[in-house]
Amino acid sequence: MDLEEAKEFKERCSQCAAVSWGLTDEGKYYCTSCHNVTEKSKEVINSSVIPNTKINTINRGLRKKRKHEKGWDWYVCEGFQYILYHQAEALKNLGVGSELKDEVLHSFWKRYLQKSKQAYCKNPVNTSGRKTKVLKDNLHCSDWASEPELLSGGDTDFALESGAEFQSDAQIPKDFPITKASQSASVCSGSLDGVEYSLRKEKGIVKMTVPRTLAFCYLSLLWQRETITLSDLLRFVEEDHIPYINAFERFPEEMKLYGRDKGIFAVESWPDYEEIYKNMIEVATFLDLPRFPEITEDCYLHPNILCMKYLMEVNLPDEMHGLTCQVVKMTGIGEVDFLTFDPIAKMKKTVKYDVQAVAVIVVVLKLLFLLDDNLEWSYSDLAETYNEEHKEDKPQFGFRKWYQVMKKTFDEKKQKWEEARAKYSWKSGKPLYHSHIDKSVAYKRREMVVNLQKQFSALVDSTPVVEKKGPSSFQFNWTEEDINRPCFHEHTLQGLLVKKGQSLKTKNSLYWLSTQKFCKSYCKHVTTYEESNFSLSYQFILNIFSFLLRIKTSILHEEVSLIEKKLFKKKYSESKKNSSRSKKIRRH
Amino acid sequence: MSDFSEQLTKPVTEDEQVETSVSSGTGMHFPWLQKQLETVVTGGKKKKDFAQTTSACLEFIQEALLRHQWQRAAEYMHSYLQTLEDSDSYKRQTAPEVIWKLGSEILFYHPKSNVETFNTFADRMKNIGVLNYLKISLQHALYLLHHGMFEDADRNLSQAETWRYGEKSSSQEVLINLVQAYKGLLQYYTWSKKKMELSEFDEDDYAYTSKSQNMLSQSCKTSVNICALIKVPGVWDPFVKSYVEMLEFYGDQDGARNVLTNYAYDEKFPSNPNAHIYLYDFLKREKAPRAKLISVLKILHEIVPSHKLMLEFHMLLRKSEKEEHRKLGLGVLFGVLDFAGCTKNKTAWRYLAKYLKLMLMESHTVWVQEEWNSRKNWWPAFHFSSFWAKTDWKEDTALAFEKAYVAGILLGKGCRYFRYILKQDHQILKKKIKRMKKSVKKYSIVNPGV
Repeated sequence: MDLEEAKEFKERCSQCAAVSWGLTDEGKYYCTSCHNVTEKSKEVINSSVIPNTKINTINRGLRKKRKHEKGWDWYVCEGFQYILYHQAEALKNLGVGSELKDEVLHSFWKRYLQKSKQAYCKNPVNTSGRKTKVLKDNLHCSDWASEPELLSGGDTDFALESGAEFQSDAQIPKDFPITKASQSASVCSGSLDGVEYSLRKEKGIVKMTVPRTLAFCYLSLLWQRETITLSDLLRFVEEDHIPYINAFERFPEEMKLYGRDKGIFAVESWPDYEEIYKNMIEVATFLDLPRFPEITEDCYLHPNILCMKYLMEVNLPDEMHGLTCQVVKMTGIGEVDFLTFDPIAKMKKTVKYDVQAVAVIVVVLKLLFLLDDNLEWSYSDLAETYNEEHKEDKPQFGFRKWYQVMKKTFDEKKQKWEEARAKYSWKSGKPLYHSHIDKSVAYKRREMVVNLQKQFSALVDSTPVVEKKGPSSFQFNWTEEDINRPCFHEHTLQGLLVKKGQSLKTKNSLYWLSTQKFCKSYCKHVTTYEESNFSLSYQFILNIFSFLLRIKTSILHEEVSLIEKKLFKKKYSESKKNSSRSKKIRRH
Repeated sequence: MSDFSEQLTKPVTEDEQVETSVSSGTGMHFPWLQKQLETVVTGGKKKKDFAQTTSACLEFIQEALLRHQWQRAAEYMHSYLQTLEDSDSYKRQTAPEVIWKLGSEILFYHPKSNVETFNTFADRMKNIGVLNYLKISLQHALYLLHHGMFEDADRNLSQAETWRYGEKSSSQEVLINLVQAYKGLLQYYTWSKKKMELSEFDEDDYAYTSKSQNMLSQSCKTSVNICALIKVPGVWDPFVKSYVEMLEFYGDQDGARNVLTNYAYDEKFPSNPNAHIYLYDFLKREKAPRAKLISVLKILHEIVPSHKLMLEFHMLLRKSEKEEHRKLGLGVLFGVLDFAGCTKNKTAWRYLAKYLKLMLMESHTVWVQEEWNSRKNWWPAFHFSSFWAKTDWKEDTALAFEKAYVAGILLGKGCRYFRYILKQDHQILKKKIKRMKKSVKKYSIVNPGV
């Protein structure tokens, strides 16, 4: 008991309010008048010079805080696991069956961890020959691992399925390359292996990235043959229905992100169709997935069904569906083998279902109207005259009227879309910083921005202008009643077809090919799209359709060319022989 | 449709073959080539959507500002603020200035905005990116002045004045000078108000002494504040003017002269007509010798030949004994009348008429010819058309008369303007016109001697 040393402690006792302290043998303060022993020890008080506060609470607070500040020890792959988990949850909320999350995505992910040697294997990355020493620090691992149900479910059956030997404690990444990294990493990243992860460049390993989480989601959707196409998925991401940008916000508080984690988890772009498509094939190949469930005629992804959907979406007559089905049949793109994704097969490519369906519609429009900025308008004149004279009949479809309606609606939609994008708020409430030195700066900046934003939102009309839209597969809504947005679904194509014997034949017998010669270089693109070389109607149609799918017009153009290639196979081989350059092909 | 189908219904069996020939092929494969090509196709590094949307946002704000849609601008501003957190450090550093400019514009005009909002905004922006502190403080002060908040502006400037951040860059130094000078200007304003009050007091009054004491200390502060700025090359008219006024008031003629001379003659300063005007006015007050006044105005003549002081300049030159000056006196008048804004300046025409007569009487025909040669192509149409004769006569007969005189001398009695005025049988001017006719006959440069 040293009363001298205890003099520095000037707080009132919490029980008797006296200021008379002694030190116990363990270095703790006790009240000499009521013998109440405090929890704080001497060292702590010396280091924290905060007057007029209850040391008691400070002490506790500090300890908690310190733990908080340091956060858990976690691995990059856990971060991705969280993102996948939340994405799967979001998909479930969109109405996707729960098997997707609990079975498909779950096993894909486990397979990934195994293939990339991060878990579920004998020698996880880099640990061979080295003794892992973090086991003790890693105790909390069990905490989080039990949290996402994603993993709690099928551990055992997966083990059986994959036949891999498991360590008894087969929780995810327990044994990780945390040798030297554990000390240095904590300086430059919140995760244990952030630094190492961003440097890792192993051959044959597909590294996880944020865009690849969507590849996983899409693969699972495809496996389940869900009614969500890739373009739908990406649109939902853009509309914030599926976590993607700032997905790390959903990590538990204790998973601290900074430094290198920023490069791994922060994204400043929306996913790009082509990129995710490529990633998806890469991931599927890497996972060595078997042939996917077959896409048959009754699947949503079958071109016949998708064509119907897109015909409705772009307000074209239902009668066109017969023609699209015919094109699908002739080109063979409705075949099960063609449609079903088989990562192990040689071709290593899959069908862009949505783009392909839209391309079929473009081809049908070309067959009907030629789209040479001439014929479609003269047919429209005929249709308008006919409709004037036969007001009782079902109206004939006129391209001009459709164009006018679509142009207006589409321009409005695009304008709104651009405005919404310009207003998109990218920054997370949890700012990411490079190191602890930047932390306060980053947080201060965030606070400043929030304050400034408050100030400017006070100047905006209080009535909220943008009501958040619920997710929907349809972006347009056409109804008979709306005069500004008349519906063409019921219009007929009679004026565009002529009877020939028993069958109907399109009145227009000309056609031009979107691509004369395909590019055969090693770059992946098959053709290029130079807008100015094409008719205005064709440009317009490509523009609205590619906006619908949020893809580049060149991609749709390419898909149209590929369908034409299949449709006019003979013409292509002929033109190769004669090397004729005629742009128009006469059909007899 | 049958014909068309016939060709199309053929099963596409060779499909796969074609496909593979596109993606694979014979020959070598360069794995790096594809990456190269990809970057070329996308035009180098792809711009991130963050950068794209924020620049689109900026465009929307600018458009809204142009159309005075303050509400809409504020709406987009809300989103644009995130550029302060741009991960591109260069952009992050330039963001505060852009935001300050846009934001202050919006808050200046927005109907819901008020001084308080503006103050909060300015105070916040001052502390983001230290480099903008002074600029924002200064503009903030100007905003407050605009709203008549004199004291707040003064307090703001005082705060800015004492602000230091590490090593001042040279640009910051000018800004500090500017801040101080504006403060000086505010002090001048108070001083000048006191001066007005003072003029109402009696000199022997006690109040007078204390007031003038007060004023003196005020002026001392002011001179310290302004002094530093006006040594830096630039256009500082209001500062110089008020500074000189104070110096003169306290009898520091030399000081004032120095300041003005330096302001007008230092070659590092940009050419500034006002500098010469201030100096001329000062010298005139001081009753400086004519030669000195002439030398000042000579420079002004070179910069602004149409300035209204040029007529005074002409009078000075006219009184001079030097040949050179007298010749210049003619050039100055011609120079003034070269400008469209001076065509109806009656005094200028009267001076020219008189002076031409004088010159020709003294047989300096060469001088007149010299000036006239470069103008004879365009002055007749510019000044002496029959249209002008009619309108001038209608609007101002005296002006028409002077002009007719000049026209007669320069173009001869056959000139349309002269003839038109001559024809007007004006009762009062009758004698005058007669005299003019005689004089023109005698002196006109067109027909000398006839």
